[in-house]
Amino acid sequence: MKFPVEITVNGVKRRSEVEPRLLLVHYLRDVLEITGTHVGCETGICGACTVHLDDEAVKSCMVLAVQADGCSVTTVEGLASDGTLDDVQQGFWEEHGLQCGYCTPGLLMSAHDLLRKSPNPSAEEIRRAINGNLCRCTGYQTIVHSIQNAAQKMRAKKPAAAKQVQPAKLRTSKRKREQRRPATV
Amino acid sequence: MFPANFNYVRPNNIREAVQFLNEHKDDAKVLAGGQSLIPMMKLRLAAPEFLVDIGRLPELKEIDLDDAVLTIGSLIRHADIETADLIARACPLLAETAAEIGDAQVRNRGTIGGSLAHADPSADLPATMLVLDARFSVAGPDGRRIIMAEDFFTDVMTTALRPNEILVSIEIPKMSRRTGCAYVKMHQQASGFAIVGVASLITLGRNGRAEDVRVGINGVSGVPYRAHAVEESLRGKPVDERNIAEAAALAAQGVEPLSDIHASSEYRREMATVYARRSLQRAAQRASAPQRH
Repeated sequence: MKFPVEITVNGVKRRSEVEPRLLLVHYLRDVLEITGTHVGCETGICGACTVHLDDEAVKSCMVLAVQADGCSVTTVEGLASDGTLDDVQQGFWEEHGLQCGYCTPGLLMSAHDLLRKSPNPSAEEIRRAINGNLCRCTGYQTIVHSIQNAAQKMRAKKPAAAKQVQPAKLRTSKRKREQRRPATV
Repeated sequence: MFPANFNYVRPNNIREAVQFLNEHKDDAKVLAGGQSLIPMMKLRLAAPEFLVDIGRLPELKEIDLDDAVLTIGSLIRHADIETADLIARACPLLAETAAEIGDAQVRNRGTIGGSLAHADPSADLPATMLVLDARFSVAGPDGRRIIMAEDFFTDVMTTALRPNEILVSIEIPKMSRRTGCAYVKMHQQASGFAIVGVASLITLGRNGRAEDVRVGINGVSGVPYRAHAVEESLRGKPVDERNIAEAAALAAQGVEPLSDIHASSEYRREMATVYARRSLQRAAQRASAPQRH
């Protein structure tokens, strides 16, 4: 059984027919041959495969390609433009935020998600946000510095962006008990 | 590592999903965020013939607060629960619990209903559901029914949900005034799962003594449980350090704790007491403070 999917990857609309069991990370790496996203532990722990799905960090080894149908995906390849590193990449470059570099694509994507939601995070907040990204070189100290460095660059460029984004787009409602609809299927 | 082959269906509404489940029963599994099911399928611990993807159904993505009940759609993600103002105000214990789940990426994708229906003994939400006296609204071929949290978790990774039912929403009754809650947890370092997780709720009476005490424990037993011995011990007493420690010592009474590579049975028993004490202390502080938690 193949299932048609349309996924926008790094701004480009891609159409494919995929087996439902195909994981998003393998769709990116093997079908589209966009290999910047790494496969690490394969059990959903290490975070090397972190990409953005509709602008939020997810582990692409724990998402089926069919679940991303109709969504937009950003990988590490989508960060730099015209060969110029973006602020988070530059932040890592300057602060030596990588040694072997295996975890880096995932860490960059997690850092982006954090900085979008919280433009001026404390070191503690950064550590919590990258809890799902393992660095086996244990370079966490410099990774935290790198993200702080990136945050500074982004704030300097866009003071308006320092405003907290509304994290949850939810349909919420508050009303009196008697106004509630009866719950039916 | 990838899952065994399966057929994928994406129903347009709850009715269609239930209908499909009713036709295929145990051969079909419901997919929400997939943060528990997909890893299980990759390890081939689960190999369903059909995956019923309910992840896009808008009717499962609503949060509703009225004067008596907070209703949370089963597809609400942990990240939403952690950050939504409405939940922070109405049920801070739930927000505190959701913030402890896995890591940021898992919380961006995992859903409250998915986690509860998966019923992992080391999950975080079950104890909190027990403490909050949550009610689970479930859709099946014959319509809706309610399952109380205390009846929901029946065994390791087993719930009272039938194979042809879908968890639709979680209803949490409003808490009384002078109530403090807390969720405190010992993490398994890599996965973030709870080795021990203790949710507690204390309501103080006019005399400053504990009028209502509820304690729920994850990770220790195969099934999350209410630690009734702890609750009875503290009820009616001042919530001081000594009374809390005395009560917390009963946290694993009558329970045969799990034993695995992360923690032995004895260690879990000991940690149940330590974390019950910490959880109760925090809940007691919050109950006494003007701001409700």
